[in-house]
Amino acid sequence: MSDTENIKKGLEAYDAGVTKALAKFSERKKEFSTGSKSPVKRLYTPLDDAGRDYAKDIGFPGAYPYTRGVQNTMYRGRFWTMRQYAGFSTAEESNKRYKFLLSQGTTGLSVAFDLPTQIGYDSDHALSQGEVGKVGVAIDSLADMEILFDGIPLDKVSTSMTINAPASVLLAMYIAVAEKQGVGPDKLEGTIQNDILKEYVARGTYIFPPEPSMRLITDIFAYCSKSVPNWNTISISGYHIREAGSTAAQEVAFTIADGIAYVDAAVKAGLDVDDFAPRLSFFFNAHNDLFEEVAKFRAARRVWATVMKERFGAKNPKSLSLRFHTQTAGSTLTAQQPDNNIVRVAIQTLAAVLGGTQSLHTNSKDEALALPTEASVRIALRTQQIVAYESGATETIDPLAGSYYVESMTDRIQKEAEAYIATIDGMGGAVKAIERGYVQQEIQDAAYTCQMDIESGEKIVVGVNKFQIEEGPPKGLLRVDPIVGEQQSAKLKKLRAGRDNGRVDSALAALKAGAKGDDNLMPLILEAVRAYATLGEICDVLRAEFGEYQQKVIL
Amino acid sequence: MERKIRVLVAKPGLDGHDRGAKVIARSLRDAGMEVIYTGLRQTPEQIVSASVQEDVDVIAMSILSGAHNHLFPRVMELLKDKGVDDVLVVGGGVIPDEDIPGLKAAGIAAVFTPGSATTDIIEFIKNNLKRRE
Repeated sequence: MSDTENIKKGLEAYDAGVTKALAKFSERKKEFSTGSKSPVKRLYTPLDDAGRDYAKDIGFPGAYPYTRGVQNTMYRGRFWTMRQYAGFSTAEESNKRYKFLLSQGTTGLSVAFDLPTQIGYDSDHALSQGEVGKVGVAIDSLADMEILFDGIPLDKVSTSMTINAPASVLLAMYIAVAEKQGVGPDKLEGTIQNDILKEYVARGTYIFPPEPSMRLITDIFAYCSKSVPNWNTISISGYHIREAGSTAAQEVAFTIADGIAYVDAAVKAGLDVDDFAPRLSFFFNAHNDLFEEVAKFRAARRVWATVMKERFGAKNPKSLSLRFHTQTAGSTLTAQQPDNNIVRVAIQTLAAVLGGTQSLHTNSKDEALALPTEASVRIALRTQQIVAYESGATETIDPLAGSYYVESMTDRIQKEAEAYIATIDGMGGAVKAIERGYVQQEIQDAAYTCQMDIESGEKIVVGVNKFQIEEGPPKGLLRVDPIVGEQQSAKLKKLRAGRDNGRVDSALAALKAGAKGDDNLMPLILEAVRAYATLGEICDVLRAEFGEYQQKVIL
Repeated sequence: MERKIRVLVAKPGLDGHDRGAKVIARSLRDAGMEVIYTGLRQTPEQIVSASVQEDVDVIAMSILSGAHNHLFPRVMELLKDKGVDDVLVVGGGVIPDEDIPGLKAAGIAAVFTPGSATTDIIEFIKNNLKRRE
């Protein structure tokens, strides 16, 4: 009798036993499912592996289709970059937090900007009122950026910046600060998020309509491939899509569909795919369902590798391999019994590591209440260090490979994601699918289902709809002083009075002319930044030329 | 036939986190209310003028960026300037407990923080309307 037949026979016997047992005691639930509501079977066996070809579908770390990871030694070579997203208040305050983080063993910086900065308004703009320094640091000009990185040698750290619509401007400021430190752009390492498509569907910090936004992105790809070769020019983000409520498979699908749109735009602009694709990077969410998340990361690598090879004909292995940053899922943090969040973050950290992430931000326990304090950030960072140094999860590569469950879920997520991508292709690509509201609707439906499942008790959130306690208001939360808005306005006034306004005007005029034509805008923005033109002034020039995006409101 | 409760769900400020606002909007609609959702980045002026134009009974605002102490009271001031005193205004988002008394003093009838059930919000609205009967 063959192996398969033996297993089939064994399974039949097992099923018969189960049927008997169920007659006496039913299971906890009628149907079992993952965190994303995909059905989960009672048991997975080698029969679930039927039809899978190890060499072709799974393969080896550092080789196509990269299911098992993008490097050949993974964490045996070095750990992922422990990169804590931080920034609040003024450049001075945030600079202090970065130095604290570096002293505690973070290995890369990650800058959070406040909303006015992310949307291209100066701190003294009417719409900035009440928002300055709140969700990140306020940056109005190169002068603030110089303070932000004061005493931090830019040839020694890698810096990730969560900036999208005005990504060119902040990248230009970073390059200009490095120049002042005597560090050439070829020495700079880091990432700009620069992913506008997910802003339209999930995160909301858009400025310009899709077409000029895609041009700004393509200009960055082209500029960096020559001048800032070690910079990750985009971080194509599923994180916010998931936070907005999507399922794991939708996270993969919509992120990769966005990725396809960026590659398409760059190829159409005349770039060679292997010139820019090696610097594309990704950003995913690590949610609660450990195995589904690991399967998601593995599936994402395989889908991207296939797309790049088969659709775009990329040849450089670096163009095919999906490198990604991960952040633990903010939406899973509860305001109730916040210490429990430490445990959630630990599980999510393990998911990211077992999924082969290249860098990781762990959320702090108090983030459902406010920005994190230094003490809670330390625990979040220690969580990564404990997984790295104590858990043993890092000693071999892709340890969950071959699990009947994880492999079949990896296949399932790939299949679901590819079906979505085909649907989006049918609509004319991600930009069109977003314009008609398809992606937004899919995400919202999943978010609503999730909330209803929590309210019906079908989904348990410990401390929220089960195991609640009476608790007093949380103590010791971080507060951002509202005076920051006034301080930034005062700084701006001084800046505008003290700089060479002739140089600013001519730089902005040159930018305006460039925006009308089709020159690469990066050098023009860099010149404006060097002249201390403010972020708001630069974005206003582009607003006037490009117009502003009008959100499609969907319920 | 009884007039349906009309609600303006609004996102004041620059914050782009609208998962909560949309879930609330949909659950209010499923509970039989008429819901108008403003979309992102509404100024207090826009919110107040939309509420007057749409003749709503309720304004439900959501902020996760920390700008609530500035923006919520501003909406209340503008309503007062327009002589509107019969609209129920509620708020929600990532809002520290210690800010809630100040917001209530400004006229926000209730503040719903993370973990709130949509059913509680629906109940609160039904029981606290200012214009009914």
